[in-house]
Parts: sequence; C-alpha cells; structure tokens
Amino acid sequence: MKQDRIISAILMGLALSAILGLSLIAVFVFKEGVPIVLRIGARDFLLSAEWNPKEGLFGIRSMIVGSAMVTLGAMLIGGTFSLGLALVLTQFAPPRLTHVLKPVIELLAGIPSVVYGFVGVQTLVPFIREHLGGPGLSVLAASIVLGIMVLPTITSISVDALQAVPRSYWEGSIALGATRWQTAHRVMLRAARSGIIAAVILGMGRAVGETMAVIMVGGNTLAVPRGPLDPVRTLTANIALEMGYATGAHREALFATGVTLFVFIMILNTVALAVSRRRSSGAAFR
Amino acid sequence: MVQRIGRDAAAALLALAVTSGGCHRQDERSPVSVIGSTSIQPFAELLAQEYEKKHPDRKVDVQGGGSTAGLQAVASGLADIGMCSRELSPEEAREFNAVTIARDGLAVVVNHANPVDSLSLEQIRGIFSGRIRRWKEVGGTDEPIRVITREESSGTRDCFVHLVMRDEKISREALVQESSGAVKELVQGNPGAIGYISLGLVGKELKAVRVDGVEPTPEKVLAGQYKLVRPLLFVTKGPAAPKAKDFIDFVLLPESQQALEAEGLIRAR
Amino acid sequence: MSPRPIVLERIVVALLWAVAAMTIGVLLFIVGFILLRGLPHVSWQFLTESPQKMGREGGILPMIVSSALVAGLGVLIAAPIGVATAVYLTEYTRGGRVTAVIRFGADCLAGIPSIIFGLFGFVFFAITLGLGLCVLSGALTLAVMVLPTVIRTSEEAIRAVPDAYREVSYGLGSTRWQMVTRVVLRSALPGVVTGVVLSLARALEETAAVMLTAGSALRMPSSLLDSCRVLPLHFYLLAREGISMDKAYATAAVLVIVVLAINFLTYRLMRRFIGKAGQYV
Repeated sequence: MKQDRIISAILMGLALSAILGLSLIAVFVFKEGVPIVLRIGARDFLLSAEWNPKEGLFGIRSMIVGSAMVTLGAMLIGGTFSLGLALVLTQFAPPRLTHVLKPVIELLAGIPSVVYGFVGVQTLVPFIREHLGGPGLSVLAASIVLGIMVLPTITSISVDALQAVPRSYWEGSIALGATRWQTAHRVMLRAARSGIIAAVILGMGRAVGETMAVIMVGGNTLAVPRGPLDPVRTLTANIALEMGYATGAHREALFATGVTLFVFIMILNTVALAVSRRRSSGAAFR
Repeated sequence: MVQRIGRDAAAALLALAVTSGGCHRQDERSPVSVIGSTSIQPFAELLAQEYEKKHPDRKVDVQGGGSTAGLQAVASGLADIGMCSRELSPEEAREFNAVTIARDGLAVVVNHANPVDSLSLEQIRGIFSGRIRRWKEVGGTDEPIRVITREESSGTRDCFVHLVMRDEKISREALVQESSGAVKELVQGNPGAIGYISLGLVGKELKAVRVDGVEPTPEKVLAGQYKLVRPLLFVTKGPAAPKAKDFIDFVLLPESQQALEAEGLIRAR
Repeated sequence: MSPRPIVLERIVVALLWAVAAMTIGVLLFIVGFILLRGLPHVSWQFLTESPQKMGREGGILPMIVSSALVAGLGVLIAAPIGVATAVYLTEYTRGGRVTAVIRFGADCLAGIPSIIFGLFGFVFFAITLGLGLCVLSGALTLAVMVLPTVIRTSEEAIRAVPDAYREVSYGLGSTRWQMVTRVVLRSALPGVVTGVVLSLARALEETAAVMLTAGSALRMPSSLLDSCRVLPLHFYLLAREGISMDKAYATAAVLVIVVLAINFLTYRLMRRFIGKAGQYV
C-alpha cells in the first residue's frame, strides 16, 4: 500500500507538472497578446484592415476574413466529399472494399502539409490562373488544398460514426420500403449526426490551424479578399511570415493573433462538447 | 517504472543541456552562426563551403529569415553574424558593426514571355503602388499586372521601397513571398508577374528590365549608371568575435570577392 | 410506388460513387505525383550523403538524422509524461469538475494551430531560456505540441477499458498500481500506442514551428544545441527556392514513405495486438 501511495504521488507530480506546463503556454500567449489588444482596442484590432507594423497599425480584419473564407471553403469542399465517401463506404460499398479502403484513407492522413501545398502550387494554381482567372494564388486554391488535407480525418471519423449506427435502423428503413439513398440520408445520417458534426468540427480545427500550405497557395496579400479568386492571407500565415523578425509591439500583435485563434478553437471545442453531450443524452431515449 | 526512468533521464538531459547552453555560444568549436537576408544567403553558403574546405575544423551555419530577422538574431545572441541587404538605419548603426562584403544591383524582373523590357522609374513606382494595373499601359499586352513583393523583414524590400517607391506605398494587393527564390519561382511561372530580386540571382530564367533605359548589369552598376544598388552587409554586435571575424576576413579576401563577382555580385570596393 | 424515388436513388448513388472515386483518386494522385517524380532520384547515396551547394547536389542524411532527433526526442519526452498524466486523471482522481476542465483544456490545446506553439517555443525556449535555434528547442516545442494529444488519446483508450476488468483485478487482491499496469494499460495499449504514433507522425511533418525553433542549418547536428534542418523544411526550401526540383521531390518521397511506413506498421501491430488480447471488436 505504501508503494501505491508513493506511485500515486509521483504520478500526481507528473500530471500536475504536465498540466501546469500546458497552462503556462496558454497563460504565456495570453499574457503577451492581450495587452496590445487592450491598448489598441479590440474593435480596432479585429475590424481594421490596416496591417502595417512599421507604422504601428495592427488591424487583422483581412486575415480574419481570409481565414474564415478559406476555412469555409475547405469545409464545403472537404466536408461534402468526405461525407459522400463515408456514405459510400458504409452504405453502398461491399464490406470487403470498405475494409481495404478505410485503412488506406487513414494512412493518407499522414502526408505532410508542405507536400500538399507544393502539389497545389505546381498543379492547382496554374490551372486556376489559366482557366478561371486571377493570379491563381487564391482563396479557391487554399480551400481546395485544405479541403483535400482534412479529407482523411473527416472521412474516417464519419465512417466510424456511421458504422456505429445500429444495423437495425438500416434494416427497418429498407423493410418499410425506402430506397437506399432515402435510408442513407433520412435515417443513417441523422442518427450519426453528432459524430459527423464532431468530425467536421475536428476537420475545421485542422483547417484553421494549417500554415505552410496556405502560405504556398494563398498569395499572402494584405488586401481583404472579395471573392474566391482573390489572393488571401490567413491568421496563421500572418504569424508564420512575420514571427522571425517581429519585436516589441509587432510581436505582441502576433501573439494577439494567436489569442484570437485560441479563442476561436475554444469556441469550436465548446460547440463540439455541447453536441456530444446531446448525443449521449439523446441515446438515453432509446 | 519505465515512465519514471524515462522522465528522470529527460530531466537530467534537460538540465545538462540548459547549463551547457550558456557556455556553448562562446565555444570556439561551435559553428559560426550566420542568419539573415535570403538574398545574401546563397552567396554566403557558397563562401561558407569554401571556408570549410580551407579550414576543416571550422564550421559555418547559414540560415535565412530576412535582413531584419538577421539583425535581431545578432542582437539577441542567436547569431554571430547577421546578413543584411540594405543600409543600416541610424539607430541600427549605433547598435551594430557593419562590414560591406559586396554590392548588389536590384533588378526588376518579369517573365520572358512578357514583351516589355524597359520601364522608367516612375512607371515601376506606378505599377508597384497599384496605380498602373494593366501591362497595356506600359507598352505590353492587355493583361493585368501581378505585383509580387517581399515580406516586411526583407532588406531587398526595404531597398526597393527606399530607392524606387520613395514616399509611395507598395499596393496592399501585392502578392507577398517570403524569399527571393519564391519570387523568382512565381515570376517564372506567371507571364503577367513583376517582382524585384537581387541582380545576382536573376539568372537565365527571368528577364530583368532596363530601368530608365539603363541595362541592369554589374558593369553598369560599377559605372554608376544603373542606380538601383545596395550594399550587402555582414553585421555583428560590437566588434566581431574571433571566429566570426575569421569568416568575415575570409569573405573579404580577393579570391572570395572574385567568386562573388562570378556569381553576379559586385565587389565591396 | 411511383418511379421517382428509384430514379432519384440511381442518380444519387451514381453521384456518390463518382464523388467517392474522385476523392480517393485525388488522394492517390497526390501520393503518386510525389512518388513518381521523387523515387527515381532516391538512391543509397542520396540517403547517406550530405547536401552540397545548398542542396543542389548530394543527399539528405543530416535532414533524416535531424528529423529523427527532433521529432523522436519530442515524442520521447511527451509520451511518458502524457501517458502518466492520463493514467493519473483516470485512475487516481475521482473525476468530476476538475477533470472535466482539464480534459477541455487538453482538447483545446490539442486543437491549437501548431504555429502558436512555434511562437511560444521561439520566444520561450530559444530566446528566454537561451537555448538558441537548436535540436533541443525544436524537440521541446514539439513535445509541448503533442502532449495534449497524447494525454487525450491515452485517456480515451484507458477509459474504454471496462470497469469489470478493474473490479476483477481488485477482487484478485492487486494493488492499484498493479491493476493499472498489468490490466488497464495492457488493455488500453493499442489505443495509447496509436495516439503516440499519431503524435510522432504529426511531429515529423511539422515545418513552420520547427524552422522557428531549430533553425535551418544544413549541417549534421553534432550536439543537441546545434541548429539543424528537418526533412519537411528541407523539402519546402528546395522546392520554394527552386534550388533543385529533383532533390525536392526525392526528399518529399522519402518523407511520405517514412510517414506511410510508420502508420502502416502501427496498423499491423495493432491488428496483432488486438488479435492477441481480443479487446476490441
């Protein structure tokens, strides 16, 4: 028993230092970033599109709009394709095919983001430039690349969610005379809804956090993007581009950008938590 | 058990590393750390390899990041030498020691497919500020001009702003690339693009336009006719430490200067 | 029944198959693109030599070693601490509000963009602690970056172990520690290892954060305090600067194969583990 208590204390020490260490990071980022937001005023920081560190102007609206447009686009593209793939794998494909393909898709989740970005620059950007207009480096390019990047994640979690729906739902629906597609979207998707939402939220988090690929295909312009063919700079790209040499107020502004991202992720996770709680309470009904 | 041993080992390692970290920087055997301008980087790497061949026991590490990043790395002790591709500001001159290792022309580059090969300074200013938006306005085809600029840390950008833009700002719609190489790649791939890079980096893949009628060549720079010139500096905090000074002296040797000239730079004096 | 649902069904199912095929096609295209252009340039010399002329010639040995050091050390630091934390949170605390808060915090931190960890690592490890741009700074940054993920995945895996196992263990007279190591951890091992390997894969592909904390020096790091360049960064610089497309593709090919191999091996190992212990479905 005494050994147990010693081990318990050691584990507690380790756990506490880990937790303390991680909180330190959050505290550090907030400590460095919040003062400048208070100084400039949150409204000026978030709503001004003037980012000019040399003159002390730190408005990140261009980057917020940029991140928002790119993430939305990535979710639209990545989300629909992932869901389609997940549906096919769980509802329409023979089980052996699914058995082979699912691990393949999960393997593909490990491809580095710089590789995606590079392939995007070599193939996608010239394509957009020649056939759709604009410089090629654009919101569209970034959305597509990011969408493809989060595909494996959203697909595999959605597949898990769909596979967790009891077979009886499917059988009951078909027995009532519904077609497979009707069953798929009216019954199975609805039943797996919270798992799929969790998958999409996770994918969204990954898309928001992506840096290298967006720097390569986005164009990093300071102007607010007005359409999908306009170049774009995201919040993460802004930090990565300027981190190496920013000092003083400039560095604080970058930390403040980090705080913005932090807050956004916290909101995302709160939504995910609420959704999953609804899932477990909903299950109690059955 | 295993977790605890692992944790202990990591802690010991960390402690050892942190305590030895303080002395490591001054250690004569540690590499000379050279950080800064991506324009100077390829040339510094070239010379670093030559230096290491001559002195097998010495090491030089060259990294990019931009001129301003280089200055800050020197200021914070992260680097022994900072590479800076622009003049130092008065405040910076008070804080740092600068040695000119070469001079470099600043070339305005376009794609080979672009029929335009001469621009006036005023036109360049108009293009980069966003006033002139289509190639047609400066004698080219009716295509939109894609302006490419460097990130704010770039000494090349600072020079360009200082020498060309004067009081006007570079357009907010300009595409920002984080190194000379990236600018070069972009202009190479995009017929409507225009950018600025070090004259020594132009190579055969791009076309450097004549500025105010003057050809952008090292000879014209030496003759003082091509006006877009900047010094390439090696910067240290105070007088250079012995291992740094050794490398700087090497770079100033006639053979090294010749090697730089062969690459398209202009010698320091 | 009117024919419309059936017609709709045919169209939609066809569309879905097309979507699925396109999706898989694109993913395979990307991998194929890299491997086809890169593998021809990967040779034994490439893997064992150092780069010359900024990477235009030579090989990528220092980068392979750097990646192994930075990512490996980072995960080596984070894994024991993360698993221990997860064990403590699930087995040694009573759950409730505090644990829920910690869990939420870990979830948030697991989702934070990696660049923010890079920002933190640069200012804290490289500058404030005075480590400079080096392997150690990079490894420590990666360690804090993957720690939340390791904690969360380990915790999920441990919580999935049925309580019955714990009760039986106690019933047989084990101490808590014995129960944890011999019963719980053993059952949760596949999940825990998957989490750690996922973190390793993430650490290996991280570019921006490592560049900012470990630098981008071309040489082989001779100590933990030397600056170094990891594989994805080397690929990025080669490709971006147009230094050598062949070498860039080759570097990417090596990186992709390494990550795929790690994931594949884990998958196989887990199949074997699960087969033996018969824990999960």
